[in-house]
Parts: sequence; structure tokens; C-alpha cells
Amino acid sequence: MNETTGRGSLGQIPDSRGHFGPYGGKFVPETLMHPLEELEQAYLRARQDPGFQAELDRLLRDYSGRPTPLSRADRLSRQLGGARVYLKREDLNHTGAHKINNCLGQGLLAKRMGKKRVIAETGAGQHGVATATVCALLDLDCEVYMGEEDMRRQELNVFRMRLLGAKVHGVSSGSQTLKDAINEAIRDWVTNVRSTYYLIGSVLSAHPYPMMVRDFQSVIGREAREQILEREGRLPHTLLACVGGGSNAIGLFHAFLEDETVAMVGVEAGGRGSNLGEHAARFSGGKPGILQGTYSYVLQDDDGQIAKTHSISAGLDYASVGPEHAFLRDRGRIRYTSATDQETLEALHLLSRTEGIVSALESAHAVAEVMRLAPRLREEDLLLVNLSGRGDKDVQTVAAADSG
Amino acid sequence: MTRIGQMFDRARQQGRGVFIPYVTLGDPDLETSRRVVLELEAAGADLVELGVPFSDPLADGPVIQRATERALDRGFTLEKGLALVADLRRHTQVPLLLFSYYNPLFAYGFERLVSAAKQRGIDGFLITDLSVEEAEGPLAVLRGAGLDSVFLAAPTSTDERIRKIAAYSSGFIYAVSRTGVTGARKSLSDEVQSLIRKIRSQTSLPVAVGFGVSEPDHLRQVWSRAEGAVVGSAIVRCIERNIGQPDLAQRVGEFARWLKGGC
Repeated sequence: MNETTGRGSLGQIPDSRGHFGPYGGKFVPETLMHPLEELEQAYLRARQDPGFQAELDRLLRDYSGRPTPLSRADRLSRQLGGARVYLKREDLNHTGAHKINNCLGQGLLAKRMGKKRVIAETGAGQHGVATATVCALLDLDCEVYMGEEDMRRQELNVFRMRLLGAKVHGVSSGSQTLKDAINEAIRDWVTNVRSTYYLIGSVLSAHPYPMMVRDFQSVIGREAREQILEREGRLPHTLLACVGGGSNAIGLFHAFLEDETVAMVGVEAGGRGSNLGEHAARFSGGKPGILQGTYSYVLQDDDGQIAKTHSISAGLDYASVGPEHAFLRDRGRIRYTSATDQETLEALHLLSRTEGIVSALESAHAVAEVMRLAPRLREEDLLLVNLSGRGDKDVQTVAAADSG
Repeated sequence: MTRIGQMFDRARQQGRGVFIPYVTLGDPDLETSRRVVLELEAAGADLVELGVPFSDPLADGPVIQRATERALDRGFTLEKGLALVADLRRHTQVPLLLFSYYNPLFAYGFERLVSAAKQRGIDGFLITDLSVEEAEGPLAVLRGAGLDSVFLAAPTSTDERIRKIAAYSSGFIYAVSRTGVTGARKSLSDEVQSLIRKIRSQTSLPVAVGFGVSEPDHLRQVWSRAEGAVVGSAIVRCIERNIGQPDLAQRVGEFARWLKGGC
């Protein structure tokens, strides 16, 4: 029996303790353990409740604009030669990225749990903006932790969060990026755990978060699978998505996990070099370890201290990766590669000029892999890329990089 | 029985509270840590918690975060920390509890670490982010080596959780006085009393209270309800304030005497 693709084996994880094979679990201080149990119970009840699902579906449709289109990228495909490329347009969601799918789900859950205050971490600011948006909509107090380096890189999103009524706390510890924002958010949560809902933005941290965020994001793949079958009458050759924590990738991939013929590629941030500290390619440069609640691949030094990371995109520079990705990587179901800052910029320019779509720098990593892969495939092969976010927030970064 | 268990027994017979200071290893350097631990023992420490610095101390407040940064900036490694423990054991029999997050211990190789730590003179481990749910493997290693495993109990812990924590713990149970991160506070929380009651109903293990214990009055309050009082951030802050002073260790010793004696 083929273990890797055996039917039913990949879609039914994690186990009841939140383990994806050896990965995942709950590695947090005791103060948070019972609150995590309560969260899991509340989520499992909501998942079974048709009323909850109907309310979420209504918001996804009427508020965020789902289903998002599947765009055939003809000019890009012609330019590259080879495979036909489709783009899943998560950039067309309200707030400009896939993050809102998860925030609507968890926001409704926070409401059901009677929490009045929501906290979140954010890297690129897209999750912070989506959280602030949902909190405004659902009348919840919102506070967002963001590394000061990221606040400089994504100034526009900081302003958007404040406009939406959220309080943004700059985090000056460590590398002043996503990892440090998560540390501060956890410190807030452990202090205010009884009144506060921690709305995590990716498939990270302790169980049940990786499972719950995946479930809320898997709407991407369910739609995309239906759309591609309707348009082409067959499944894609390969799915592609960028991987920071990995929520847009798992969101696209999940509905296809048991389609044995569909290959999947996750693209990590290759940064500016292959030395520790110059990238965020956890699968090529990291090893299994425990960071911020979960067991997964982690960029770290020989002494188990977490390494600094670099990426031109603020949304991909996390030192660890969702535990389900680690599991699917070890099982050989998903291949992981990386794109450098330079390749990413080239991809962003190419997509802008050929398709009239300025994507987020994060998503442009996936497009960079399309540039490498498409020419090697045949015209009847379909590539389906998750265009997870739009690039308005990155225009200044790109301009600065282009001018030298 | 381990050094930790014997120490609690002795204190019980003598009818006194147990004083447990915390020191971040390598803050601001290893030689200072060595002197501070010896001074603390001279000042009446019954057990010393030795913190292994981790780059991402998510359960710690600003004081211990800064100590961690100082130690790592100076090139702390676990290997150097273990060498320091071996050195300390030539001078003192005070029980030593290794206190950290799981990743640096896991990266070293947990089995290899436990055997090295035992050989150097560590008496037990407390791993802040190792929940009982994930602890089965590490616990078996510690028990196999005859070292104590101390787990945290928190104000949010249910009776069911405390039952499991008690079953997994040996030496003592560390009661977290309030929800939150480590750090000195003006007053002790009321939550701790009901937590201690819950623990007592599940186990006869000694209980030590930590998080926010930072003044002589706090220690007396804790000792009226529990066997031990843990002082972390207040000690670390005293070290921080005296960095560069030739008599740093003595000053920390004086501070510890003041805390214990309340004069």
C-alpha cells in the first residue's frame, strides 16, 4: 500500500491531541492549557452547528465577496511557454488577502465564546488588517502586536488598522518581526486569558489553532477544485502557493490532498542567500524543534536558539512553519522549494505587466516558481497558483528595491 | 529521595518556609552566575533555580527577557552552563533545578542532556512550555535518571489537570500565583489561595509559589500557605542594577537576606 497517498490517510489529521504525525501538539505554559481546551471544545461545537456554518458562509459571500475568481493567465502562460496557468484570486477578497477567511471564522467563534477583546499578531499587516476589520464588523475590541521593523516596512497597513479602530502595539524585542509579535501576543494572552480571544493568523501555535485555521482556509481549495473541474474538466498538474506559516498554502492544498495525480509545491522565502539568517527556508535550512506552541521545522542554531530570518516580504520571514506542512513534507506529499528576493521581484514585475495584477510580495514567491516550472511542462498541463494577496502594501518596498 | 525532597523534609521538620531564588545562567556572564549562586546559598537559599536562556522566552516578563539577552549576547551555551554546574557542585550541596523552555534542551538531545546534567549535579528539571500532554517521553527520561520533574500548576488549571500535574511531578509542584508572565508585583494575587487548596486536595507533594513574589511580606504570606516561595524577577533585577559593581554577588546576597528576613 502506498502510505503517502492512501485514501483517507491525509485528510483526517490531526489526532485528538493535535498531532500531525510527530508534529504539532501543545507546547505552552500551563496557564494556557485549559483555555486551549475550552477553545477546542467551542470550535468543535461550532463546526457541528449548521447555524454557525450558515453565518460564516453568508459573511464569506456577502462581506468578503466569495467565491473568489479563478483567472486564466493567458499572457503569462504564453510568455513562459509550456503549462497553462490559473490564478486563484484571493487578492480579490475584502481587505486584499486570504487572511479574512480565517478572521471571519475565528471572529464569529470569539463572539460565541462571549469574549469581548481580541488580540492578534501580524507580520505583513494583512492578518492585522483582517482582524481589525472583523472586529469592527462584529463589535469586538481589537489590539494587534506588530514588530517595529514590520511597522516600518508596512506602514500603510498600520494606518489601516488604526483607521479600523484597532490599537497597534509596536514590538521592539528580538528581530522586531512576526516571531517577536507572537511572543508579545502570547504574553498578553497569558495575562488576560479569561477575557481575551487570541486570533492567530496562520496554521501555527498550539492545537487547536493549526487545525482550526486550516479548516477556515480550506474554502480556497474547495472552490478552486470545483472551478477548475468546471472550466477544464480535469484536475491541475500542480498547485503552488507561498509558505510563511502556511495558511494560504494549506487552504489551497487541503481539498486536493487525496487527488493522487495532483502535485503540490510550497514556496518558502529564499531571501538573499543560503546562510542562516539570510532566508526563511525552514525545510532546507531548519530542523525539527519547538517554537511558540508547536513542534515543527525551525530555523535555529546548534544550541537551539531561534535564528534570525530575512525575506523581502514581511509575511514569509517566520522561523518556523505550520506542523501540518512538516508532516506532509516528510510524507512526500508536498514538495517545498524557495524563491529568492530577486526572483520574487522579477515574478512580481512579470505578473504585473502580463496580467495587470500587482500581487503581494508573498504571493509573488509562488509566481517565481511558476516561472521555473511552467516552461518544463506541456500545454495541456494546468498550474494552479494561489494568489494569496494584492500588492498595494508592497509598492514602496518594490520601488525601493528597484531603485537599488 | 533526591536532594530536593530531603531539603523539603528538613524544612518541614524545622517548621520553616523554603526560599527558592532564580538566576539566569550567564547573566551577565558565567563567572558572575557562579558567585551569585554561592552567595545566595550563603544567604539561606534552600534551592536555586538555574535558568537556561532561550531566545524566545514567551512566559517571561521584561526583566528576565533582558537577562536572557545579556546571557546570549555573551555567548552562553548549554555546554558552558553544564560546566558551571559541575564547578558549583565542588562548592555547594544546595539543590539545583534546571529551568528552561523545551527547545534548547531538545536541541541538545534530551536524553544526553539529562544524563550530563545528572552527572554534573542537577537535581531536577522544570520546563515551562512542556505541558503534561507532551511530557510522557521526557518524564520517562527524567525518572529513569532519578531526577525530579517539576510541573507548573496555574490558576486556570482544572482539578482534572491538577491531578495529572501531580502525578507527573516529583520534588514539588510549582504554583503560578496569577495568570501572566514572570515579573515582580506590588501585591500577591488572591487566586493563589484557591489554587493551593486545589493542589492540596490532589497530592501531598510540597508546593512552592512563584510569579510576582518580590518583597519580604510576599514571602511571609506565601509561607503561611505553602512550603516554598520562588523569587525570580526581583533577584534578576537586583543583578541587573548592580552590573559592573565588583561586589555584585554580595549585593544580591544582601538582597536575598533582606527578602528572607524582612528587616
